[in-house]
Amino acid sequence: MEDTIVRTNDFNAYFGTNHVVKNVNIEIPRNHTVAVMGPSGCGKTTFLRCINRMHELIAGAHTDGKIYLHNEDVYDMHPIFVRLKIGMVFQRPNPFPNLSIYDNVIAGYKLVGMKLSKADRDQKVEESLTKSALWNEVKDSLHKKGTFLSGGQQQRLCIARAIAMEPEVMLFDEPTSALDPISTASIEELFHDLKKSYTLIIVTHNMQQAARVSDRTAFFYLGELVEYDDTKQMFTNPTDIRTQNYITGRFS
Amino acid sequence: MTQLEVELNELKTEVSNMWSLVMSQLTKTRDAIVYFDKDLAREVVLREKRVNAYELKLDRDCENIFALYCPVAIDLRFLLAALKINNNLERIGDIADGIARYVIDAPTPFDKTLLEATQLLDMFENSMIVTNDAKVAFETEDTHLARTIFEKDDILDKLNRKANHTIADCIKQDLAVTEEAMYVLSIIRKLERVGDQCTNIAEEIIFYIEAKVLKHFQAK
Repeated sequence: MEDTIVRTNDFNAYFGTNHVVKNVNIEIPRNHTVAVMGPSGCGKTTFLRCINRMHELIAGAHTDGKIYLHNEDVYDMHPIFVRLKIGMVFQRPNPFPNLSIYDNVIAGYKLVGMKLSKADRDQKVEESLTKSALWNEVKDSLHKKGTFLSGGQQQRLCIARAIAMEPEVMLFDEPTSALDPISTASIEELFHDLKKSYTLIIVTHNMQQAARVSDRTAFFYLGELVEYDDTKQMFTNPTDIRTQNYITGRFS
Repeated sequence: MTQLEVELNELKTEVSNMWSLVMSQLTKTRDAIVYFDKDLAREVVLREKRVNAYELKLDRDCENIFALYCPVAIDLRFLLAALKINNNLERIGDIADGIARYVIDAPTPFDKTLLEATQLLDMFENSMIVTNDAKVAFETEDTHLARTIFEKDDILDKLNRKANHTIADCIKQDLAVTEEAMYVLSIIRKLERVGDQCTNIAEEIIFYIEAKVLKHFQAK
């Protein structure tokens, strides 16, 4: 039996009266990569943002149902603690522009007021940058601004920043949509390594990317989780005709 | 219709054309035997090059669609099936070519009594029926028809097994027919392989439409 790390139970999300995520039940196994795909407006990003309680930051947004991290409802936990355990990387690389590469990596600690010794900071920076496959490229320029890096490097810096907080789950919202193919390939390679230590949930519009990087794929349509299955199964023989129409480009 | 659908439809038409070419090779080979027409047999051998060229063209078409469109789900299954069916059809073309070469090599027309005793022409008829049924099943996406091919292949297998005894009896009765009997037996063996190729094709059709893998299963 796979060890489930994130589980939802009849989960719904709303913007005001607009019901955008409908009755989602899903189990995400530990150390797996799950791709979430679906047409624009299907609720996939909203669902992702609900997992670490980012959704509730928007005025008028609310939810019902349950999302469990292990067996604890994230909506019963302190939101800061939830976001420590469930890190997030966004569509566009967003390193803090005024901070060095070094300070960007440990920015999370400063923001939550956790103090680290110099030795711990150094170790955390090296570990996080190594895990995000950026260390060799930046080890001699750690005190340069993060914004001097290329787009792909900046995104890996953002991944390092999330890793530094030692999350259990990492959420990625279209993490390569603003990157060139080479940077995209390096991030995709990184996903395979990250999976060994973390559980990855990736919202992507790129179906080939979903096929390449994920173990399981969830297809959302009009706020519903239409199909959630092994990625190989999903891309060779999806069960639901809506999934088939979407992945074969016959969606109208 | 998406561009991928256009490409896949064109590929389907091309596979059907390949099928027609191969079926015409089988028909001409049968006629070459019935009328002992060596010219017709030579035509089959010459046209085998066209079958081979067609196979390579279809392989390239499939390769291009894989590379350019990265198909998934039913499109992926169709493309995989088309690639294998193309290969099966080329082998049926090889069978027709092989039989035509026997006609060219044979010193005298095949003895009608031997042909009747071994039911060689019945085997030809059944081979052409299964090949045509497979074509119709592919074109109309009819998995029910595809499944009937497994039973029809059994008929070919039975005729093949029966021919062993018949040929042995014929040789026992008249040693002079030994060489001719060997040609007939070889042709029967080859026709039995047409049934096997069509069985493989039927499995591919069912795989592409129903996503069921029937290969190596006894009960289909």
